[in-house]
Amino acid sequence: MTTLTLGRALNEGMRRAMEDDPKVLVMGEDVGRLGGVFRVTDGLQKDFGEERVIDTPLAESGIVGTAIGLALRGYRPVCEIQFDGFVFPAADQIITQLAKMHLRSLGAVKLPVVVRIPCGGGIGAVEHHSESPEAYFAHTAGLRVVACSNAADAYTMIRRAIASPDPVIFFEPKRRYWDKADVSTEVALSDLPDLHAAQVVQPGDDVTVLAYGPSVKTCLEAAAAAATEGRSLEVIDLRSLNPLDMDTVEASVARTGRCVVVHEAPVFAGFGAELAARITERCFYRLEAPVLRVGGFSTPYPPSRLEDHYLPDLDRVLDAVDRTFAW
Amino acid sequence: MTIDSMRGRPPEGGPAEPGLVQLLTPEGERVEHPDYPLDLSAEDVRGLYRDLVLVRAIDREAVSLTRQGELGLWASLLGQEAAQIGSGRALTAHDMVFPTYREHGVAYCRGVEPLKLLGMFRGVNHAGWDPAAHGFHTYTIVIGSQTLHATGYAMGIQRDGVLGTPNAGAAIAYFGDGATSQGDVNEAFVFASVFNAPIVFFCQNNQWAISEPLERQSRIPLYRRAQGFGFPGIRVDGNDVFACLAVTRRALENARTGQGPTLVEAFTYRMGAHTTTDDPTRYRLRSDEEAWKLKDPIERVRAYLRRSGLVDDAFLASVDAEGKDIAADLRTRCRALPDPRPEAIFENVYAAPHALMTEEQEAFAAYLATFEEEVA
Ligand SMILES: Cc1ncc(C[n+]2csc(CCOP(=O)(O)OP(=O)(O)O)c2C)c(N)n1
Repeated sequence: MTTLTLGRALNEGMRRAMEDDPKVLVMGEDVGRLGGVFRVTDGLQKDFGEERVIDTPLAESGIVGTAIGLALRGYRPVCEIQFDGFVFPAADQIITQLAKMHLRSLGAVKLPVVVRIPCGGGIGAVEHHSESPEAYFAHTAGLRVVACSNAADAYTMIRRAIASPDPVIFFEPKRRYWDKADVSTEVALSDLPDLHAAQVVQPGDDVTVLAYGPSVKTCLEAAAAAATEGRSLEVIDLRSLNPLDMDTVEASVARTGRCVVVHEAPVFAGFGAELAARITERCFYRLEAPVLRVGGFSTPYPPSRLEDHYLPDLDRVLDAVDRTFAW
Repeated sequence: MTIDSMRGRPPEGGPAEPGLVQLLTPEGERVEHPDYPLDLSAEDVRGLYRDLVLVRAIDREAVSLTRQGELGLWASLLGQEAAQIGSGRALTAHDMVFPTYREHGVAYCRGVEPLKLLGMFRGVNHAGWDPAAHGFHTYTIVIGSQTLHATGYAMGIQRDGVLGTPNAGAAIAYFGDGATSQGDVNEAFVFASVFNAPIVFFCQNNQWAISEPLERQSRIPLYRRAQGFGFPGIRVDGNDVFACLAVTRRALENARTGQGPTLVEAFTYRMGAHTTTDDPTRYRLRSDEEAWKLKDPIERVRAYLRRSGLVDDAFLASVDAEGKDIAADLRTRCRALPDPRPEAIFENVYAAPHALMTEEQEAFAAYLATFEEEVA
């Protein structure tokens, strides 16, 4: 057990994967000497060389497109997209190619490519540096889409993602990069938790709160605040958006009868809409109130001086919890 | 195992290669170039000097405001003043600029108040000026996107039938060396070329894309890329304000008279960090920075002014003082910039009323009001 920041845990996870499998490559802008703008790949090029940790030209379509080619040749590329807003130049390669080659080749072609995307706001950045594009990718069949929320999980999730035979879009909550947790780095890959299992991170009885990525911590804080007022929130970290672990969600909502979904992305046509619809289908007669969603507004991410208003915070989560009781 | 191709060869041709257009040496000596004659009055030269000094003062103040927590971020133009002032002063009212996020000097030439630039980096808005009013589009952060917009705009100028008339304008797109790797930039080159659009592609090759050196983007000098797309490319000493002015003027004139696009590569150096969050000591040599310091764009104009007796100490001191005043004023006004009203989140998302915006804005206002009730 060691104490690591989330960023460092990802680094250790990639390092372990590179040690275990010489086919694993890391590629992206500034990932080499600089160690990435968030230092998540710090030291990897020094230890594994320029052949395996590749500073690419400044071209996201190029990064993902060549990763596809490398994967066709038996490599397992882990691509870093520098910031969430810059994944869109690569969207064509991800959506039309990466996601569909397995199907197109009748299963002959496997593309074990991981696309790491630092996501979300809260770091006072300029435009395009604080977005939550998960719904675009969750909507695309053929991709696995996951989001880590803490250091311990980040370590296991990145290892599982790299080991996946399918392409994985891997969201990292950038404002949580510096949060620390105990991480067990000695575990064998086969003993790591399933990449796609949701986790109950705070058991409770009154309301189920669903979150992923950066919002999990906010929801845990909301649960702590609610507890002082005698309300017991069950917080579930979804971890995986596609596939979605509906069994864990259903078991909880069936018990509590109330559900609040929290994410940073705009609520309209966001991932919460999928959750609300599925929960309604599965738990209709056990619900005491409609599933409520808390998230960003249906606007572009605002300038940083307004992001505290935009991001769902503890108060907005608690407000939604109150509203589920008002029904 | 070594893979040869992994190691980029240094690009052919350095700054000293014959292709480099230079009109003022680093020592401040005026030289002539057969293709780029430049007639400047003493007043013109003093004006360019003043521009360079003031823009550096503004930039320096923005860096220190960032250090003091007043701005979230700043992309410094230190070392690139000549490329920006030279090209910026070549523009006329009919031209339209499509910048990236580092073109503070060009913005200054287009009359965009520096405070507006600071506001964006402070996080009060995404760009607080009207592009049409200044002939200066909003800053573009996604690398390379604006080169396509500029090309389309140029195609619009072409369609208006003004080329070759006194009302002709051209588009000019600014971007860095790293941007030349983007698909968008290459697509812009293709469109501009096949439609013979009136555009100047102005690449400030400051040698670095964050931590990645030029060799990670190109194996040939960037200006030579143009040839492959079918239009001329010129490399100019980007630390020489005269040469940047002359070359850009010519390229713009060619565009305005229907002769199509030009790629100008201003060969320069980013003296500071990529942005205030970057740490260049991780990837670059101090000795490189020292070598480029000797080519400082301001020093050489000052040397020229002195050498040719065009200024006295009083003039130089007055420009310095003006820079200090502008900086001090900027600091005060930056600190006083109010945070935007929360409702601003919903404003200008759409040009026409939009039901979802109204609904969310009303719900948000009601939510905010609950806090006021608690306080009351
Ligand atoms: C599409 C895209 N990818 C990545 C980034 C992150 N990023 C910001 S600036 C930069 C380097 C740009 O280098 P260059 O084009 O040479 O311009 P410079 O900043 O040196 O002026 C990168 C990678 C971005 N803004 N847009």
